[in-house]
Amino acid sequence: MAKKVAIEVNQLVTHYGPRKILDGIDLEINEREIMIIMGGSGSGKSTLLRHLLGLHTPTSGTIKLLGTDITTATAAQLYELRRNMGVSFQGGALLSSMTVGENVRLPLREHAEIAEETIGFMARLKLELVNLGGFEHLMPSELSGGMVKRAALARAIVMDPELLFFDEPSAGLDPVAASELDDLILKLRDSLNMTIVVVTHELDSAFKIADRITVLDQGKILLSDSVEAVKESEIPRVQDLLNRRSRHEEIDPDEYINRLTGVITD
Amino acid sequence: MANTAGAGFRGSVENIGRGSLSLIDEFGYYLALVVECLYWIFVGPFKRQPVKIAATFEQMVEIGMAALPIVFILSFSIGVMLAIQGIHTLKQFGAEEQVVLGIALSVMREFGPLITGILVAGRTGSALAAKVGTMQVNQEIDALRVMGINPVRYLVCPVVIAMLVMLPCLTLFADLAAMFGGAVYCKLGLGLSYVAYSDQAAVFLNANDILQGLIKSVVFAVIITLVGVTNGFSVLGGAEGVGRSTTRAVVLSISYIVLADMTFTYFLNR
Repeated sequence: MAKKVAIEVNQLVTHYGPRKILDGIDLEINEREIMIIMGGSGSGKSTLLRHLLGLHTPTSGTIKLLGTDITTATAAQLYELRRNMGVSFQGGALLSSMTVGENVRLPLREHAEIAEETIGFMARLKLELVNLGGFEHLMPSELSGGMVKRAALARAIVMDPELLFFDEPSAGLDPVAASELDDLILKLRDSLNMTIVVVTHELDSAFKIADRITVLDQGKILLSDSVEAVKESEIPRVQDLLNRRSRHEEIDPDEYINRLTGVITD
Repeated sequence: MANTAGAGFRGSVENIGRGSLSLIDEFGYYLALVVECLYWIFVGPFKRQPVKIAATFEQMVEIGMAALPIVFILSFSIGVMLAIQGIHTLKQFGAEEQVVLGIALSVMREFGPLITGILVAGRTGSALAAKVGTMQVNQEIDALRVMGINPVRYLVCPVVIAMLVMLPCLTLFADLAAMFGGAVYCKLGLGLSYVAYSDQAAVFLNANDILQGLIKSVVFAVIITLVGVTNGFSVLGGAEGVGRSTTRAVVLSISYIVLADMTFTYFLNR
């Protein structure tokens, strides 16, 4: 059976002010696949994620999610699409004025016309799934970092989305909590048939859950391949990342002096 | 090779350009926000994305009811102050009896709406900027957007509606409180009875005076909401940025309120 493509990025170029962040990204993510996007700080991986979520407008290129090009989609199309995707942000991004339970119920309340009892039931079901049963009446500020992330995950999956995005899922978590979250991600893919995109720079976590890994560097894709292929890659930058080696860049002396003295040379 | 003096001149010109651009940018943002709010309030219900009524009422309580005590205290004091100043000034012409006219007109046309506007800018404008700003910093706004919940519909529209309803109500309340303050002082200072005071006020005042104040309060409501929300959405740089934006929101909205007040007074009294 041919694999169906869930996410298709074509020649994506983006700028932040005058600075080019992403430079011609081509990426395909198949259905029911866990794709890890890796790269050092400033490689553009967070920017790529924000574009996949439709939070920014790219300079050029197309981004197709479940067949809809979000760079040209109408507001109504985007609205439909967003009911079908969940996002777990780095800091959780739970609404701090609501309890955990209200946060998880929010997408259902806004999008689904179902009875309040059903909404409560579905929200509790998802909280149980992330091991937060019984915590629904607490405020986000009363939870630990790991619990906030799991609550955010419960909110992200409450609509049973086809696409699930994670921004640095294990950042700020202790190794045990991080490992539990990894198991949870695997469980979600297997039990709920989700396509999952994870942006991270945690190697252990990436190797544990990934079907394929995409390595970004300076706005370009170095490679996009299976875990084994990435491990055996000969590309120096990939090896730097995998082996935690420092980067060794050649410095142009003239440019360096100009930067230090602040002289405009154009 | 370029020299540093050239770079300095170029820098200052650049700054002027950037400053002007960001000002135009900000007013463009206000306008876009108005259009978006109107869209969600009037078109939203037909797209199955209505503005939540419960949230609107919550905001009304927060903006209106919770502000009643402080509005009363301030307006009452303003009324007393106007009475003291009025009697003192008019005594020189032996026309103390005319003080009611002075109090009634200044309160209805100026002080009622202005005091309420400034107070609500300090209470609600700052709270709005801080709330939206914190949500922006914590990616809560992004979370709303990716959940398909438009932040303007969800966060801003309830406040806009609540402000448009509650600020005129608060202004009316402030008018009454200030008139009452004036009456209390006139009773003590001039021996003017409450009945005589209210009779005189009723003779001098017409609907137009009260309406002028209410129209102003509607404009102030729009200013406070737009400035608060815009500064909240444009927060950069963590908790410190939220603090800066909150201060900026209050200072800017009070400035805009006073300027708008002056402009309105000029055109409404021609």
